[in-house]
Amino acid sequence: MASIRQNAYSDLLPDFRNLAVMARVLVAVNAAALAGTLYAMPALGPALERFVYAAAFLEPLLLIELMVLYAVSPWLPRLTYWQGAAAIVALTCVFAGLYHVAVRSVAGGDATPSVVRTVVLAIVVSGSLLAYFKLHSKAFSPALAEARLQALQARIRPHFLFNSLNAVLALIRRDPKRAERTLEDLADLFRTLMADARQFVRLADELALLERYAEIEHLRLADRLRITWELDTAPLDALLPPMVLQPVLENAIYHGVEPGTGVGDVLVRIERRGERVHAAIENPHLESGGQRAGNRMALDNIRERLALFFDAEARLETRIANGRYRVEIEIPYRHA
Amino acid sequence: MIRVFIADDEGPARERLKELLEDIAAEVPTVVAGEAANGVEALERLPASAAQVLLLDIRMPGMDGLELARHVTALEDAPAVVFVTAHDKHAVEAFDLNALDYLLKPVRAARLAAALKKAVNVGAPQRESLARAAGGPREYLSVAERNRIVLVPVRDILFLRAEQKYVTVRTRAREHLIEESLIALEREFTAPDLPYPFVRIHRNCLVARAAVRGFERTGGGEEEAHWQVVLDGVPERLPVSRRQWPTVRELIAERP
Repeated sequence: MASIRQNAYSDLLPDFRNLAVMARVLVAVNAAALAGTLYAMPALGPALERFVYAAAFLEPLLLIELMVLYAVSPWLPRLTYWQGAAAIVALTCVFAGLYHVAVRSVAGGDATPSVVRTVVLAIVVSGSLLAYFKLHSKAFSPALAEARLQALQARIRPHFLFNSLNAVLALIRRDPKRAERTLEDLADLFRTLMADARQFVRLADELALLERYAEIEHLRLADRLRITWELDTAPLDALLPPMVLQPVLENAIYHGVEPGTGVGDVLVRIERRGERVHAAIENPHLESGGQRAGNRMALDNIRERLALFFDAEARLETRIANGRYRVEIEIPYRHA
Repeated sequence: MIRVFIADDEGPARERLKELLEDIAAEVPTVVAGEAANGVEALERLPASAAQVLLLDIRMPGMDGLELARHVTALEDAPAVVFVTAHDKHAVEAFDLNALDYLLKPVRAARLAAALKKAVNVGAPQRESLARAAGGPREYLSVAERNRIVLVPVRDILFLRAEQKYVTVRTRAREHLIEESLIALEREFTAPDLPYPFVRIHRNCLVARAAVRGFERTGGGEEEAHWQVVLDGVPERLPVSRRQWPTVRELIAERP
């Protein structure tokens, strides 16, 4: 999961094995050459003639350069962005210089301009192309972030879904009304789950969802589940990402109540502390329940989503004290 | 009439199974011989129920279904076992591999009928297949006593010693005899990453690493000198074989 974020920066260097990148380089360099000749020559005819000459000089250099970049591109991600960019510019300069000297020695050096000019041109062109690619990938990164959000969207455990359906089946004959209500609750839960992961929801709505979810769990676990809600000072208009609290409560029940033989006390407390919204969900810490891999994955998921919404302003922490396992979430107080 | 015992921690799930049993009564006549809401309760009630088939939820508080099934096989007339699970990929794969029967929740009447018919023919599952499917060590050892199963928590055991046909299980309070092989027990309980690992100190003895208080040298003179394990809380001394001595000393030394 952590890898998602590590990629963000090296992605700003273009992938030289990508056909679109190569095509862009070819088109851009040739377009620059054409513009240059058009600017230098007074009429269109001679300008085109001159461009053909320039292209004859330019194209082999460009192709060699692209081939070399193609070859070294696997090593580029090991460098930081600026090291990589400097390496590419330096490589371009060296090739342009060598190529210039080589062509001159073969073709005879009457009208060819100085090597310094070629190198300067190489720096300018390669530098501006790199800048262009950087802007380009930046412009697309919000899409990446969105895709990440959708992919990170919380998931309800299949364990919960199938057990709930089973519980509803058990109710249908004996208590059809309650069966209906439970199916409605399940529908609401899944509607939220499949809703747009990018939009904030009001705390009031998230709490309603939590209560529906708790209702279903009560049906399955009966007296074994006891939830205490401390919501007196909860800011109901606060905005938060969807499905942040439900997975935490689900974990609390899955790890802290279901594996226990006695009654499991779960505490849900949400309050406003100045400009922050503070949520804590607590459950018995069971040795055999072991809040292990699945739990950590769910929490990493929430942490990452909080970061995408609030950057560094949100906080998620877990602690074990006095036989209780506690998850605390703090986000900035924003409201509709 | 097939006598069926239902073990599931969720009330509605037990109700549902009973409903289904009634629905298929014409095809497979059954009677509910007993119910339990967790593993320990199931072990208490099962022997007296004379159940032929045990419908067993895997995820249960106290003791999970797989471990429960392993203890049930210690009974003289052990019932056949059909596991029931909502979603447990690992368990289901393990069941398939070891030819253990299972049903997925929500359970279908037709599948339940087929599983019951098959179960009465097949009988109790093999202890070895259950052990392989469980993949990990048990939390208890079970002792069958006059149609009753006594559970001995593994973390209360000081040592296991093979004597002819049986293995003696020694806890601080008392001794039990179990019919298992020391080799199988060694395989199950000596992995060093277990929370409560054992170590082999002699051809016939496994000792809990946490129970070792120290070593004592005895003999000398005519008799060849050897080391003995001194245990916490009980007076017995256990001889360490010369072959095991270097390993034992090292393992105990690195104990945290």
